[in-house]
Amino acid sequence: MREIDRRSKHSRRVFIKGAAAAVPVAAVATSVGVSIDNAWAEETSALSPSTMKTLLKVARDIYPHDVLGDSYYITAIKPWDGKAAKDPAVKSLISDGIARLDQNARDRHKVPYVEVAWEADRVVLLKEIEQSAFFQKVRGDLVVSLYNQKEIWPRFGYEGSSAELGGYIDRGFADIDWLPKA
Amino acid sequence: MAKFDLNDSSVVVIVGSGAGGGTLGNELAQKGVKVVILEAGPRIENHDFINDEWESFSQLAWTDARTTSGTWRVARDFSGLPAWIVKAVGGSTVHWAGASLRFDEHEFKVKSTYGNIPGANLLDWPVTLAEMEPWYAKAENKMGVTRTNGIPGLPGNNNFKVLEAGARKLGYKTVHTGNMAINSQPRDGRGSCQQIGFCFQGCKSGAKWSTLYTEIPKGEATGNLEVRPGSMVVKIEHNASGKVTGVVYADEQGAMQRQRARIVAVAGNSIESPRLLLNSASTMFPDGLANSSGQVGRNYMRHMTGSVYAVFEKSVHMYRGTTMAGIIRDEAANNPKRGFVGGYEMETLSIGLPFMAAFLNPGAWGRSFTSALDGYPRMAGMWLVGEDMPQETNRITLDPVVKDKFGQPVASVHFDDHPNDVAMRAHAYKQGAAVYDAVGATVTYPTPPYPSTHNLGTNRMSEKPRDGVVNKFGQSHDIKNLFVSDGSQFTSGAACNPTLTIVALAIRQADYIAEAMQKKEI
Repeated sequence: MREIDRRSKHSRRVFIKGAAAAVPVAAVATSVGVSIDNAWAEETSALSPSTMKTLLKVARDIYPHDVLGDSYYITAIKPWDGKAAKDPAVKSLISDGIARLDQNARDRHKVPYVEVAWEADRVVLLKEIEQSAFFQKVRGDLVVSLYNQKEIWPRFGYEGSSAELGGYIDRGFADIDWLPKA
Repeated sequence: MAKFDLNDSSVVVIVGSGAGGGTLGNELAQKGVKVVILEAGPRIENHDFINDEWESFSQLAWTDARTTSGTWRVARDFSGLPAWIVKAVGGSTVHWAGASLRFDEHEFKVKSTYGNIPGANLLDWPVTLAEMEPWYAKAENKMGVTRTNGIPGLPGNNNFKVLEAGARKLGYKTVHTGNMAINSQPRDGRGSCQQIGFCFQGCKSGAKWSTLYTEIPKGEATGNLEVRPGSMVVKIEHNASGKVTGVVYADEQGAMQRQRARIVAVAGNSIESPRLLLNSASTMFPDGLANSSGQVGRNYMRHMTGSVYAVFEKSVHMYRGTTMAGIIRDEAANNPKRGFVGGYEMETLSIGLPFMAAFLNPGAWGRSFTSALDGYPRMAGMWLVGEDMPQETNRITLDPVVKDKFGQPVASVHFDDHPNDVAMRAHAYKQGAAVYDAVGATVTYPTPPYPSTHNLGTNRMSEKPRDGVVNKFGQSHDIKNLFVSDGSQFTSGAACNPTLTIVALAIRQADYIAEAMQKKEI
């Protein structure tokens, strides 16, 4: 069978595009040797850096794929900052949602959400707010903004558009080789 | 290409250009009848289709406002999207899978066969299989259905091979790559299937039959057919004698136009067609056109559906190749010993990673969900599609609050599963999982119904005017020059995919209309 190379050919390019296109300053920071990992959340227009970092953790906990680095989740959640800048209702939805989550984490674990060490404990905190508008909106957006990134598709063995490659007629549409004889 | 005057009252106006409307338009044009097709969506040719699920959805899907109610899960997960159908020239033949199956004999006689099922509004069709057979044959020939007319079956893809191996192990007998309106060899000026895999996003190669690049250009070539894209019909008008006289529609610029007509045929799919009849209410017809029975919008059917996805130890790559070229037909018969009446088909199905994330278990999150998606390359999938019970309370009504941009009330879709649907789905999930378990599935996922693709029954055929909306030719009981030409005519849904039957009925209806026009009956 023709297997798929799980190493995304676009991985590096996308990391720059994903994190830097949304945060131009971060790209500059990279060029002068400052870690991009710390920079992406700093230049926000409406949501605080700490809110963005917590949102990243929340996104990872909602759809945890250990094979995916943070950059894909950052790309997925970064647009919330822009939406919050345009719409005060969105800003308070996200800010208040994160604040509540942090409060619940402090009540339970004496630390904010991002510092709760085990995923299982953080998932309990998310379960408590599963029906809230905040969680529903974030999850509903994330299921598209994460999985619709073409760059992650090879990690899931999905090849995307095929017509321009002539379809699969000569590229393994019927190459399964492990089935018992029918 | 023909261009007819708005005041030309000799034309047949068809609302919609899909399997029903597009076919009827071409058939009438071939007979010399002048036809104007008003299509709400744009004209997008097949080279512009996009092999990307969400981008294609934005390009093709009908996303105008609709509301939902009822206990079906779609109302909760996709409250504004009860149906996944197309708003473009070609209608839902743009995104259909191509499965082209005939009804079984008993499926035209459900009341006689199933008897009294509490809560079900069953009725026999006013036509029989014997009467439909020649029309089915014409439809199969027109559409180039595999395994008919000497056309070979499509080659099986990986997803089919898994289904087939499991089915054989279970002892299922009727297992093959389907009766598909997808060219397995060049035919009718179209090439053969390239195994592209994005059948639901519009066939870029044109191997799959769609009215967009078969019926419509053929009809246009006669000089008798004009297709006006971007034309949303908002009202059908009638005169004092109760005959329809034409339609009012919003053109591509949003300006209201009045196209006069000798005959109006409604083919806007089973949500929009009853909506249009209801929105056309007048002093003479206060409950909407063709609605003396009160059945317009009722008996909404969407097929018993569900999917089973299974993960294996090794790769499958189910998304490669024709999406639905694979079927097990052994459960399609009526065998009430299983605990339900009617039957269901098991058909290969694949969706890409983006749609899998959205539809595998809507609303789900966390490790159990992401673990399922991590299995994507090792996944095989099937769609379960079976006969659902028509219920009077499952219906399309006019939403009392929400209006479209032209000020017309939008359609509200109410649906509850009938206990028979629930029992059938449970059986189908169990058998579907068994097929995959038989060849070593490590886990199976019973996946809930997607927004409806098979929308049926809301202007149903009946022998007696009091039981339904149209007669055996799709002609409304109340208004002789008003026809229904889409799946909303269906008296019952049958187990199989509906398009072949819609096309067969449209070919037959064209003969009936042309003859009646010649005899000056309408």
